[in-house]
Amino acid sequence: MTTPMVKFDNVTKRYGALTVLDSLNLEIAPNEKVAIIGPSGSGKTTVLRMLMTLERINDGVIYVDGEPLTHMHKNGELVPADEKHLRRVRGNIGMVFQHFNLFPHMTALKNCMEAPVHVLGLSKKEAEERAAELLDMVGLADKKNHYPNQLSGGQQQRVAIARALAMRPKVMLFDEVTSALDPELVGEVLNVIRKLGKEHNLTMLMVTHQMGFAKEFADRVCFFYGGKIAEQGTPEEIFNNPKEERTRQFLSAVLEAG
Amino acid sequence: MFWDWNYVWEIMPQLLRASVVTIEATLLGFLLAAVLGLVLAILRMSKTSWISVPTAAVVEFIRSTPVLIQIFFIYFVFPEFGIVLPAMVAGVIALGLHYGAYCSEVYRAGLENVPRGQWEASTALNLSPYITFRDIIIPQAIPPIVPALGNYLVALFKETPLLSAIAVLELMQTAKILGSQSFRYIEPITLVGAFFLVMSLVAAALIRQVETWLNRSLRNPGGDR
Amino acid sequence: MQLRSLTICAIVFFTAGLAVASFAGFREFIPGLLQGALITIQITIGGCILAVIMALVAAIAKMYGPWPLRWLAIAYIEVFRGTSALVQLFWLFFVLPHFGILLEPLTVAIAALGLNVGAYGAEVVRGAVAAVPRGQWEASVALNMPRNLALRRIILPQAFIAMIPPWGNLFIELLKATALVSLITISDLTFKAQQMNQTTFRTVEIFTIVLIMYLAISILITVGMRALETVAARGMARGR
Repeated sequence: MTTPMVKFDNVTKRYGALTVLDSLNLEIAPNEKVAIIGPSGSGKTTVLRMLMTLERINDGVIYVDGEPLTHMHKNGELVPADEKHLRRVRGNIGMVFQHFNLFPHMTALKNCMEAPVHVLGLSKKEAEERAAELLDMVGLADKKNHYPNQLSGGQQQRVAIARALAMRPKVMLFDEVTSALDPELVGEVLNVIRKLGKEHNLTMLMVTHQMGFAKEFADRVCFFYGGKIAEQGTPEEIFNNPKEERTRQFLSAVLEAG
Repeated sequence: MFWDWNYVWEIMPQLLRASVVTIEATLLGFLLAAVLGLVLAILRMSKTSWISVPTAAVVEFIRSTPVLIQIFFIYFVFPEFGIVLPAMVAGVIALGLHYGAYCSEVYRAGLENVPRGQWEASTALNLSPYITFRDIIIPQAIPPIVPALGNYLVALFKETPLLSAIAVLELMQTAKILGSQSFRYIEPITLVGAFFLVMSLVAAALIRQVETWLNRSLRNPGGDR
Repeated sequence: MQLRSLTICAIVFFTAGLAVASFAGFREFIPGLLQGALITIQITIGGCILAVIMALVAAIAKMYGPWPLRWLAIAYIEVFRGTSALVQLFWLFFVLPHFGILLEPLTVAIAALGLNVGAYGAEVVRGAVAAVPRGQWEASVALNMPRNLALRRIILPQAFIAMIPPWGNLFIELLKATALVSLITISDLTFKAQQMNQTTFRTVEIFTIVLIMYLAISILITVGMRALETVAARGMARGR
């Protein structure tokens, strides 16, 4: 068996007395597309935020590409990672947020160049070529000199995807990327993600409320409930033939509303 | 030896007596500012533009010019009209006038920040304007107003040393006189600074307390939930 | 539009002040008042520059510094906000010589006012940085930026715009506080006014002219800050 690209090993996350994630074990293979679904408060967004190191974990270890992310080896022991180690391993991961979080004082192109220039050390010219190419890929070649407030929500989210890709991550995290969009703008963003899945070797982990998209796009669906994976399997298994009562209830509630 | 404790104990009684003058000036000045501010706020919110516009201009003028000159102005101008004011009275009037202009903005912001919807809802319930003002608007305006006024009370307190410029025997003037008599300025001026620091920190803590209490008791009268 | 009318206001006020001065038979005092105004403006500019530097340094030390720096910044902010500007000015003027530090009165004036306003400015900077949405920090982490790069390139430029209006108010407070330097023998506008008042006893006219001059300078500050805000906001967005 190949090394998993991402591995959660008994990971626990608590906020005070509240346990959001309870000894999570999850392995994601290279190039695998995993959709995470579940009711709000089930801890699904926390999974992504821990992997992006936006949240500290309380217990367990997260591995990325066979290497510990949250910890590092020191004198043969695993100790909590320092900033330098975090930054090195974190370079494998990119993330797209629900609220885009574009830098409002930079154009679309500058948004995509900022980190490649200042973090990866690319020359301005290289970074600009890479950014222009990616903006073209997400269909925004003509908007590269626009500021975020001059773009629609769907366009902003596509810039955010290009910005994350410019760092050449191996793993992409999508955190409810269409939840803040008007319904008519959802399609253009999902199309970009579809294209990414087809054309690039990327491991993708997405939290989503778009059940149709999860069904069509994901290799595996994980249903979270109460800080644990209540059920996981192929989209067919989860959507057509759920074993757990909770999964059934959740899916019927979502379909009724949808 | 930089710091002489014997000298400190020697001048302490005089400084304490002077601090009473400082506190008197603060309280009287602020009383004037609070009342004058309310008057200015009401005039400025008037619907008649020949009242509101000049009031706004006066408030801006007072706020944009140094309080020290305003103190000199009042101290030196009144005698020209035959009214000789004691320095303390002139100083209190000037501080009250200056901070009255600031306070008027506090009242105005507090009243105007109550959402329009509150007036509209009250109209829809057929409440009279007086009842609306008393029961709906004022209780919502007070929680932001009181701490802001408190901050200006502290600011006014910190401006009272300016009264030394017209020879009011408050803390700063006393410290300067003590310093010039003994040629030791370290102790008196440092002590004055320490006095202001302690009083300001205590006042800031008190204001925070009042703020929390007001937010609890006026915004959700059910108390802690 | 508003900018232009404010500028015109400032110029009108200033010339009106001069006109009143000449009508009232004060022509011989105008050079003196203008000299005083020049000193006032010098101290204001110097103080503002020092205040901005101190505010940035203190705010960043308080928010992100290691604990000794953080405590130093907190002490600076609390002491200079908690004591009065005049006390600080006198302390630097009368007490520093006891430690063998002899400074020009002008240096003392700029230092005292800059340090005083800088302490208030530190809270302005802190507030503006704290008001930048959390998502901006998170996006910077997701792009693997180190914290000081994120602060410098992403957070501070956004906070900068939010800081301009409160800084405008602080600069005007500083201008007003420059009047205090007349009490440490600097011949600024207030000092000149006092001097003329004592020799001529034309109190109403002198102080009215001087108040109008201060008003004109403060309007100029307002105009400058509005212009800066317009320039800085160009292309910048509300969206996140």
